[in-house]
Amino acid sequence: MTEELSGIRPEEEYRAHLAEGRFMLLRSRSSGRCMFYPRVAEPVTGNTDLEWVAASGRGTVYSTTAIGQRPPTPSYNVALIDLEEGPRMMSRVEGLAAEDVQIGMAVKARVADEDGTPIVVFDPA
Amino acid sequence: MNGFPRGKTAITGAATFGIGRNPGLSSMDIAVNASIRALRDAGITPGDVDALYICLPDNFLSGLTFTEYLGIQPKITENNRTGGSAFLTHLQSACLALDAGLCDVALIAYGSNQLSGAGKLVTPSGADPYEGPYRPRLPVSAYALAAARHMHEYGTTPEQLAEVAVSARQWANLNPDAHMQGDLTVDDVLQARRVSTPLGVRDCCLVTDGGAAIVVTRADRAKDHKSKPAYVLGAAAATFHHNISQMPDLTVTAASESGPQAFAQAGVGPKDIDVVELYDAFTINPVLFMEDLGFCAKGEGGAFFENGHTAPGGAQPVNTNGGGLSCVHPGMYGLFTLVEAVQQITGVAGARQVEGAKLALAHGSGGYLSSQVTAILGTEETL
Repeated sequence: MTEELSGIRPEEEYRAHLAEGRFMLLRSRSSGRCMFYPRVAEPVTGNTDLEWVAASGRGTVYSTTAIGQRPPTPSYNVALIDLEEGPRMMSRVEGLAAEDVQIGMAVKARVADEDGTPIVVFDPA
Repeated sequence: MNGFPRGKTAITGAATFGIGRNPGLSSMDIAVNASIRALRDAGITPGDVDALYICLPDNFLSGLTFTEYLGIQPKITENNRTGGSAFLTHLQSACLALDAGLCDVALIAYGSNQLSGAGKLVTPSGADPYEGPYRPRLPVSAYALAAARHMHEYGTTPEQLAEVAVSARQWANLNPDAHMQGDLTVDDVLQARRVSTPLGVRDCCLVTDGGAAIVVTRADRAKDHKSKPAYVLGAAAATFHHNISQMPDLTVTAASESGPQAFAQAGVGPKDIDVVELYDAFTINPVLFMEDLGFCAKGEGGAFFENGHTAPGGAQPVNTNGGGLSCVHPGMYGLFTLVEAVQQITGVAGARQVEGAKLALAHGSGGYLSSQVTAILGTEETL
């Protein structure tokens, strides 16, 4: 039996999907689990039967912080989001003051442009 | 046994150097000054060292540079980096190597000139591609996220976090070497500028210069050394993650594994420990660690620091040198927990001495609550 590695180029492929407006997660076909961040093999199992699947975009705020800046520049938000598919990622919640983001809040993903680079941010659902 | 040679090795020299601001010295100069002090404390010279354990913030090959600097030719040159816990990891490895007879005299050393050099935390970790775009203010935002979650799950309050800083300052006020001294109240901590909510600037460790070093030998040789030995009764490590977004549960650190394992090795429990020296990079750390190490139940860590319980005169002294919050934080603080633990149980801690301290726990944390290492030290009568 020949060794079959995943052949995934994690960061490059993740960003290529984002550049086309798609937030995608890697999933192991055998375990059915999604991962974030993308890797060449599934953590713990080492499974390499990986495929890209579209994230539902639904998530919940697991934790949140407002990062202070020199006044009058307002604080900005950094949050950890539990995705519906299981994994957790760092992101931010937009559309409300940084301090008003609450743990447990339902949020929805959106691909945003950050100085020419596409990134995933969240809005209150 | 639990895989650790309980009491078979001992720390026979321990020292710090250059706590605070010490311009004109490289990190290596500071590490060597601390090492010379620790070796003299043990009554030996650099030429006696045959195992070196070191990790500097700004030199990935510091093990090689240090041997050259002091003209030593070690059989073991260990440069393991697990963040600020590295030096407790070094202790664990050194004890095993000494017990196996691979070496006779181990030196563990650290130094950093980050205050007078860079003026801020020096870290070899680059921006993570999946976290970097959101501009977390690392390391503080990682700990802020943990603190926010702990507050959400257990009702921990900003006042309780502030008590951690106040307790540390009260100890620092008894330590002539401590960088920050003077009165500090809960209100002062709460009124301080917020860096990354819920943490303010007084919830954060200092940026200082400083070095530390310890000498470790087999117990059968320890009595030949100059200082009273601090026997190593247990040393255990665990790592769950690196980046904060990958930490499985923000309210449970890997200390929940390293702690019980170290206690089992030592054959003692939390209630037996006289002094606790924790890596307090931020006020949430001691709260999490006291819970995970078993000094109180999960969720009760905030209350543990109330009413001066951990402060001078309190029932459970914690961070008796003033900690990273008020004494010294030169980038990686871990080795300072061991030096203070040794000084307490060998009875040389001066005004901050905890009377009759026989058992000490030192705990290091590396990364973002990532690598956790617990060591338990005891006097001869605890063997």
